[in-house]
Amino acid sequence: MQAPPGPTGRILAPMETLSPADSAVVRRIVAEHQGRPGPLLEVLHAVQAALGFIPAGAVPLVAEALNLSRAEVHGVVTFYHHFRRARAGAHTVSLCQAESCQSMGAEALAAHARQRLGIDFHETTPNGRFSLEPVYCLGNCACSPAAMIDGRLYGRVTAERFDALIAEDSTTS
Amino acid sequence: MTVVVYVPADAGALSLGAGEVAAAIAAEAARRGTPVTLKRNGSRGAYWLEPLVEVVTAGGRCAYGPVTAADVPSLFAADFLHGGAHALRHGATEAIPWLKGQQRLTFERVGIVDPASVSDYVEHGGYQGLKRALALEPAAIVQAITASGLRGRGGAAFPTGIKWKTVHDQPAGQQKYVTCNADEGDSGTFSDRMVMEGDPFTLIEGMTIAGIAVGATQGYIYLRAEYPHAHAALKTAIAAARQAQYLGPDVAGSGKRFELEVRLGAGAYICGEETSMLESLEGRRGEVRVRPPLPAIKGLFGQPTIVNNVVTLASVPWILVHGAEAYAGFGMGKSRGTLPIQLAGNIKRGGLIERAFGLSLRELLYDYGGGSASGKPIRTVQVGGPLGAYIPASQFDVAVDYEALAGIGALLGHGGIVVFDDSVDMARMARYAMEFCAIESCGKCTPCRIGSTRGVEIIDRILEGVDGERNVRLLEELCETMVQGSLCGLGGMAPFPVQSALKYFREDFRARVN
Repeated sequence: MQAPPGPTGRILAPMETLSPADSAVVRRIVAEHQGRPGPLLEVLHAVQAALGFIPAGAVPLVAEALNLSRAEVHGVVTFYHHFRRARAGAHTVSLCQAESCQSMGAEALAAHARQRLGIDFHETTPNGRFSLEPVYCLGNCACSPAAMIDGRLYGRVTAERFDALIAEDSTTS
Repeated sequence: MTVVVYVPADAGALSLGAGEVAAAIAAEAARRGTPVTLKRNGSRGAYWLEPLVEVVTAGGRCAYGPVTAADVPSLFAADFLHGGAHALRHGATEAIPWLKGQQRLTFERVGIVDPASVSDYVEHGGYQGLKRALALEPAAIVQAITASGLRGRGGAAFPTGIKWKTVHDQPAGQQKYVTCNADEGDSGTFSDRMVMEGDPFTLIEGMTIAGIAVGATQGYIYLRAEYPHAHAALKTAIAAARQAQYLGPDVAGSGKRFELEVRLGAGAYICGEETSMLESLEGRRGEVRVRPPLPAIKGLFGQPTIVNNVVTLASVPWILVHGAEAYAGFGMGKSRGTLPIQLAGNIKRGGLIERAFGLSLRELLYDYGGGSASGKPIRTVQVGGPLGAYIPASQFDVAVDYEALAGIGALLGHGGIVVFDDSVDMARMARYAMEFCAIESCGKCTPCRIGSTRGVEIIDRILEGVDGERNVRLLEELCETMVQGSLCGLGGMAPFPVQSALKYFREDFRARVN
């Protein structure tokens, strides 16, 4: 196991090797997408879906298979907010911080969530249960403030509702 | 015949418990031994009534809302399956005043049909536009779109027909593409999402017509990763359309090919900018391209490409069915047709309002919206997303129209209106505009990349009361530099909310000026 990259990331991670099982997953994903036009984002989505994040060790494998440089792949991974370079908590809690949700108290809700979970945005609780992320619009702006937990959307989220949702997810896994 | 009950599976309705309501109705029906047929539609857009349950009665669809799972036993007790009286009953859905006054063209089927069913789509008039298009010469399709006056609903409002004609006029025999920009990232907007979740075949049909018009055989929908429900709905609909041979090598028996694929973005606001979206579709960092060449000439993979927003493409079938003149008959001045307006934020009755261009902000905010959700006075609205200006209450009589809004230094954008009550701190909103730009800048040009960060720092100094007057002047100069010097609309327009906040709400800054 390699250490997860630091929050600021490294320009080019030293060669980190994946476990044979994870390598096989990455190779299979790349093989499935090879030949499609412009496949890199699709490949990275699939790797993240399979492994939970995009390990630094996956970058050279993807680069080699798609005939790209490691810098190009690294550049894409780091450009997009959605791609993670470290494992997330068991549950990812995304709180919308855009204008519409701000108009309905998103900042106060975020402060409550930080305090309740004991972490800041972009962090994971020490027990590995929750990761907290800001998101800029979930398209639920007539039901602000909005949150998404593991792909499930919630509207008109109050501090009480947030606590209930978190309690639910604490017991379900 | 069992009674048909509609419970929306729209993401917004689900976010308010529609999934639990559907489950409760199924369970209560089973417990009572009363069979019901549950159908999952999109949302009618009246989010203040969601989850909005509809029952098909002899007199049409009857609405109940907002329904929670806890209300379900009492609905059954009131015989809602036959339109029985209940505190949540609104009568015939179409007669709800908020919906009745709307002019739904692009959204004519959203919230009504089953978004997974081709046959339901066809029964509600679907694929008639494609049929008309296939009977026309490609140039005549383009001409119809031009004559309709349709302009890009994504925000830039560029005439759609001109874009299509440019792609049409590129030499045949080369690969051309139709791409749909479904990277709906503006806060306060959700019309694209509603179409994709509630009536995805309209978008698919619109893209197919576009492909036939310009000679493109491949389409891509670039969908933001924040929309998992729309992703699922599109994948289901595309597979169904292919199965029914409305997509594939022989579209509706015409011998013409059109293939369609959804590609997911990855959480980058800038990818809503068309050249950045093309970069992302090609699998690269979403950095904007310098234009020219225009995407219509050298777009995706260097080939002639249409780039249109979801609502633009979804308006195409209606135009083909009813004619360009009928569409152009709606609206005012150079803003023809209808606009699906999204009323969001601190508003009592928020949601999707499709109306011809020309109604006033005041009508939207008070007649439709019913004022703020908090009950406090509305102080300002931001129209057109995070790059749009803040409009003060003194200008609420402005018409919702591209030119009228431009005339007061604002923009209509994708038609989202975010409402703020009088507790809003406009200096903080200005700071947020710069912060958002700093987070989302692609980094290619300096005014945007560095300017936005400096903007946050300057506003922080103003908020701290350091050298207020001087820093306000510096902020104004910085805004001007970003507007003039940025490569695309992100850096070029992010100053608009800041400038409007300074212009109309200077007291929020001055309070901190010594």
